Amino acid sequence: MFGQANVLAQGEAAFPPSVEDFYLPSIVPWGAENSYWFTKITAMVWLAVGLLIIFFLVTYRKPQLVPTKKQWLAESIYGFVRNNIAVDMIGHRGVAFAPYFTTLFCFILLTNFFAIVPGLQISPNSHIAFPAFLAVISYVMFIWVGIRHHGAGKFFKNSLIPPAPWYILPLLIPIELFSTFIVRPFSLAVRLFANMFAGHMLLLVFTLGGFAMLNANVWLAPVSLLSWLMTVALTFLEFLVICLQAYVFTVLTASYVQGALADEH
Amino acid sequence: MFFLAAEGGETSHNPIVPVWQELVVGGVAFAVLCFVLMKFVFPRMEQTFQARVDAIEGGIKRAEAAQAEANQLLEQYRAQLAEARTDAAKIRDDARADAEGIRQDVLAKAREESDRIIAAGKEQLAAERATIVRELRTEVGTIAVDLASKIVGESLADEARRKGTVDRFLSNLESTGAR
Repeated sequence: MFGQANVLAQGEAAFPPSVEDFYLPSIVPWGAENSYWFTKITAMVWLAVGLLIIFFLVTYRKPQLVPTKKQWLAESIYGFVRNNIAVDMIGHRGVAFAPYFTTLFCFILLTNFFAIVPGLQISPNSHIAFPAFLAVISYVMFIWVGIRHHGAGKFFKNSLIPPAPWYILPLLIPIELFSTFIVRPFSLAVRLFANMFAGHMLLLVFTLGGFAMLNANVWLAPVSLLSWLMTVALTFLEFLVICLQAYVFTVLTASYVQGALADEH
Repeated sequence: MFFLAAEGGETSHNPIVPVWQELVVGGVAFAVLCFVLMKFVFPRMEQTFQARVDAIEGGIKRAEAAQAEANQLLEQYRAQLAEARTDAAKIRDDARADAEGIRQDVLAKAREESDRIIAAGKEQLAAERATIVRELRTEVGTIAVDLASKIVGESLADEARRKGTVDRFLSNLESTGAR
């Protein structure tokens, strides 16, 4: 968090934090405004990708029947998503989706986790571009899977026409269309984005608030201390949100795929 | 923030509108991640899982086969043991019956033998007695005749009646003896 580091260096806090605090200056070219190709955010995305690839390739370089500790760890992550999300939600067909779900889960979890890693302390997912991209993949995936499984006509019929009396259908079909094909990608993306955005904002408020009060009046130091303690407490809360949101995103994607594969409405 | 503060922060961002450069970077990065993990890592994990399942199920199957074989052998041994017991009992019974038979045979033979010996003894005794009686009769006749000749003074030996006389005497003697 450049902003915070600079605040600490300057001993001055711009309070309250604003949306602009999320848009950090470019690294290459250095300090440029509105240049987004290489910022801290994109660097962290690449870092997450690199870490995950290295972790899985190293732990699974020579898989053995009786796993080593590292292999066991990697297998546990995959096994968790495979058995507790993919197979639980979709059934035996879910195994085919388990690799993607695991990749998705690991990527979201790690990029979320950057929100509370000292020195990084902001999640790429607090920029809506990344959740939006992932949500679009989920959206396209569940529609594509449904069309491939049922054929386009039957899939849209299954998705749009609930088993209800005919006279209520004019009301239900627009609702189904709206909820299934319009809201889903937005809700997926915005849920993750908003959680990470709000989490970062909360941490900023309490951290910067402490400085702001300290600068305003030295006698407010105890309150500043309380504010910083709140930051620590909120970091734990943030950790919960990080894991929960990664899980929720994956589970919802699995649920959409399951809905698309389901034979009946 | 430092820079924003320094430059006045005149650019305002809308947090709900994605930055297209970030979309591109995120898409490429995630595609790379998906490619590597889904091609090189997770399929191998599936394979390992499958191999593990096979190993375990194979082990269970082998164990079941061994168990079945052991059970079969046990049954076989039990059957053999029961058969052997029956055989032994049968042999014992047979032996007992044989022994009884042999004993009976031996007894019968011994009895027969003793009967035979007794019979032979009796017969011999009778024969001897007959011989003795015959000899005695001749001798007694001769002696009696001799004695009578001596008493009478004449030889009766040549007389034709002699035999009749002695025989009559002896017959009388026997009849009186018998009476």
